[in-house]
Amino acid sequence: MQRVVVVDYGMGNLHSVAKALGRVAPEVEVVVSGEAALIDGADRVVFPGVGAIRDCMAELGRRGLVAPLRRAAAEKPLLAICIGMQALMDSSEENGGTRCLGILPGSVRHFGPELQDEQGNTLKVPHMGWNVVRQEPHPLWRGIGQDARFYFVHSYYVEPAQRELVAGSCEYGVDFAAALARGTLFAVQFHPEKSHTAGLQLLANFVAWDGRDRERTC
Amino acid sequence: MGLARRIIPCLDVDRGRVVKGVRFVDIRDAGDPVEIARRYDEQGADEITFLDITASHEGRDTTLAVVERMASEVFIPLTVGGGIRELGDIRKLLNAGADKVGINTAAIQRPEFVYEAAERFGSQCIVVAIDAKKVSAHGEPLRWEIFTHGGRRATGLDAIEWARRMVALGAGEILLTSMDRDGTRDGFDLVLTRAISEAVSVPVIASGGVGTLQHLVDGVVEGHADAVLAASIFHFGEFTIGEAKAYMAAHGVEVRL
Repeated sequence: MQRVVVVDYGMGNLHSVAKALGRVAPEVEVVVSGEAALIDGADRVVFPGVGAIRDCMAELGRRGLVAPLRRAAAEKPLLAICIGMQALMDSSEENGGTRCLGILPGSVRHFGPELQDEQGNTLKVPHMGWNVVRQEPHPLWRGIGQDARFYFVHSYYVEPAQRELVAGSCEYGVDFAAALARGTLFAVQFHPEKSHTAGLQLLANFVAWDGRDRERTC
Repeated sequence: MGLARRIIPCLDVDRGRVVKGVRFVDIRDAGDPVEIARRYDEQGADEITFLDITASHEGRDTTLAVVERMASEVFIPLTVGGGIRELGDIRKLLNAGADKVGINTAAIQRPEFVYEAAERFGSQCIVVAIDAKKVSAHGEPLRWEIFTHGGRRATGLDAIEWARRMVALGAGEILLTSMDRDGTRDGFDLVLTRAISEAVSVPVIASGGVGTLQHLVDGVVEGHADAVLAASIFHFGEFTIGEAKAYMAAHGVEVRL
């Protein structure tokens, strides 16, 4: 039986992710765990998270999960969600500047207090609610319409150093990366486990994914 | 296209059953919360808010079981409020599957609780619920005060200052209920909603008084609310969430269809 491990490092709503995976892939064993050996032995890994980045990085270090996550990111399908996505980058502005895992090049920035839409209206932070993601070709979007909305809740956003990492983008005062992809790695800023049918479809796609990068047509 | 305005049906739950008070007093039984949440989810609700109005300790355990069941079946955000006093209460609800928690009385008794909760769990899951009532007399400058105990007890706190203070302490969202309007079906207190929405940097959910679909539009367009919450117009089958969204979209409000 295929096994998906949802990485438990004490940060937030892991059970929603596990329940959603259980719903879309009843044939798959879903384990919520913070054990390095289980992460190393998993067929695929989900790296979720809510909360503040400093606590997140501290917990990953304290629980010895940095090396297993690096190995997972290099070797097998890995889906990072929200803070999980932000933690993959080099650094974040949050908590006065926090060093992150550096698995993907780029930084994490605050939306800022002066955020405005095109009409000049002040935008609220956190960016909370359902927004449209412009998808770049990737197997994880299969079966999801270009106009699909996903549920976001975040005050910081990812700015990758390489434009080609962007697998989906979203507009909220700035144009930011809603999804990143490289090799067997896929990362989303929104919460697929809370994004109704579109989110569940993305999770189903992840469980079925062979880990190959976006289909390029040259 | 950008961020959609949210429509949030609210379930008032007492000992595991949905009830809805009219002006917080007259209670009518409206059914099983998980079944109702599932129906709203199918209709396209953007979130579910669950207010636990159970007073007893045993009732709280029932609530956790209901939240857990709901989170296994409904894959949209779930906010749970009512009776939250300590960090342990928040931890239990988040573990049961809640995405956000609503804090009301505990914040009034000890405002630092909001700071502690936001530090521990992140602002994104801390919603401060504010029950406000107009206290200015006719002809005086408008002023609203925070009330507790279902609108019976005044606190002396100015609603706008209080909302600002809660956000400074780490609230990620404000759930604003007009005690003057709740249960009346006369529409939101739009002046209050707009005043709070413009005073804070975080999203504001308007609540209290929805009787028609136009009231939902007014809450967004005139009240500048980021989300609108309603209970009875949905519970008793007058309108579906889908009808509400279609109406809002037809009146220029961006919604998730």
